[in-house]
Amino acid sequence: MSTTTLTPPIHLNTARAHARPGLGRLVAVELRKMVDTRAGFWLQIATIALTVIAVIARLTAGDAADHTFAAVLDVGVKPAAILLPVAGILLITSEWSQRTGMITFTLVPVRSRVLRAKIIASLVLAVAILAMSVGVVAAGVLVASPGVDGTWSGVAPLIGQSAVYLTSGIVTGVAFGAVVLASAPAIVALFALPIAWTAVASLSLFAGAAPWLDTRVALGPMPHEVMSATQWAHAGAGLALWMLLPLVIGTWRITRREFVA
Amino acid sequence: MIETNHITKRLGGRTIVSDVSFRCEPGTITGFLGPNGAGKTTTMRMLVGLAEPDSGEAQILGGHYRDLPNPGRRVGILLDASAQHSGRRGREALAVSAKTIGVPAQRVDALLELVGLDETAARRRVGQYSLGMRQRLGFAHALLGDPEVLILDEPANGLDPEGMRWMRELLRDFADRGGTVLLSSHLLAEVDAIADRMMIIGGGRIRAQGTRDELLTSSGTIVEAADLAGLDAALRGAGLAAHPVDGDRRLVEAEPDVVADAAMAAGVVLHRITPADDAGLERLFFELTAPGADAPSPTTDHVPSELTGATA
Repeated sequence: MSTTTLTPPIHLNTARAHARPGLGRLVAVELRKMVDTRAGFWLQIATIALTVIAVIARLTAGDAADHTFAAVLDVGVKPAAILLPVAGILLITSEWSQRTGMITFTLVPVRSRVLRAKIIASLVLAVAILAMSVGVVAAGVLVASPGVDGTWSGVAPLIGQSAVYLTSGIVTGVAFGAVVLASAPAIVALFALPIAWTAVASLSLFAGAAPWLDTRVALGPMPHEVMSATQWAHAGAGLALWMLLPLVIGTWRITRREFVA
Repeated sequence: MIETNHITKRLGGRTIVSDVSFRCEPGTITGFLGPNGAGKTTTMRMLVGLAEPDSGEAQILGGHYRDLPNPGRRVGILLDASAQHSGRRGREALAVSAKTIGVPAQRVDALLELVGLDETAARRRVGQYSLGMRQRLGFAHALLGDPEVLILDEPANGLDPEGMRWMRELLRDFADRGGTVLLSSHLLAEVDAIADRMMIIGGGRIRAQGTRDELLTSSGTIVEAADLAGLDAALRGAGLAAHPVDGDRRLVEAEPDVVADAAMAAGVVLHRITPADDAGLERLFFELTAPGADAPSPTTDHVPSELTGATA
């Protein structure tokens, strides 16, 4: 504590100093917050490493004729599909579990703006991770089985579907985090609830509703088969239940939750 | 400027903050003094929109905190030095906030130097910081936007004597340049050493507020009587100035014997009469914030020794 003067060495009171921080700036900040902590950084490293390992494992196993882009992509996006929702959860819950919300929400008191920035930031992260996954898959397929018949069929729609798969996954994580507002219970809920739901839905009573509301079944084909209109309808219904509904409840929770001792 | 008008906050059926009104003017340091759990933290959180009052209104710089477009550039806040991500490095924690409020990155280094966190400390993760280091990081964070108002909850917590002196000089300089400071503490000595004005809070209510001299003057004699109207009439009749302290109590600007004589002459039975000025502020503080301060107490001396020890 060398000096007690507060006079800033840099001129701070520019005309824009008191303007509201723009959404773009808030998105950049939230993206940074996802990778600048120890947990956040290693989560992304783990996603990349597991993607490379999964792709190599898929390409070295079985018949080369099976190594189409679709078959390898199915495996290649799995690490991202599992870990991105966790990143989404932590993006929300760390504000409470680490109490950084006391800083975030005093710097940006309109909490819905923070949530909007977090959702956009998570979409950007999902697209970046998708680009990484697709790059690894494409490189692997190019090296291992470039000449197989039909290797590259459906590449564009499959990448598009994978984008939906990963972005909806991370937003579902954000939504679960917002509902629960605590890291560990939110992560448990995210993985346990769909499995429990699959078990419940397997009862004959729910036979008609199961494909509509079970996202594991409805979203599963996205990375490896071009989906029909019916499959899209199932996926949409499942996402409404598992992503949009929690997001609405979570938004309500975040904007009202108080920080009291 | 900070102003609250009759703010009240209930939590789970309990009233945490009750009808609290005060003003903090530019150029002054106001000390918010009270035991742990008295309602200081909740009041400060209501000032900045982290909690909402059930009734009443809190204003900063002439409006609601929530309506400030970029509050980080006008109000510096340190509410909980431990409220930082333990896995984030010290410099990064400041850099993220600097980016949010649009302050150049060089300001982060300048503030790290100002609060005495060197390069090694700045590169460490906050989870490895001592309480004193967190407190310094919290100061740097509060000053990041070159604010006009500082709101600091227990800022001296974890600071060593040298750090305390540094903080005192820093806040004095800030106030002398026209800044408004509100800081809380549960230790009388801290507030007494730093603040121009004090507010004493106990059980969620402001028990007394004013400058040190004002508080000392008013700490003449505390009396209680069942016949309040009779007591007031007796004091008025004797020409003694009295202030309501806590509903059914009076702080009289006179020695206890004068007060007792006045009551005796008017035939008013006193339930309690306490000489307040000999123990000065400390006594006033405990009188006003003791756990039983709401209820009439049969004894005149009920300050628990562990409390007196805490401020010694």
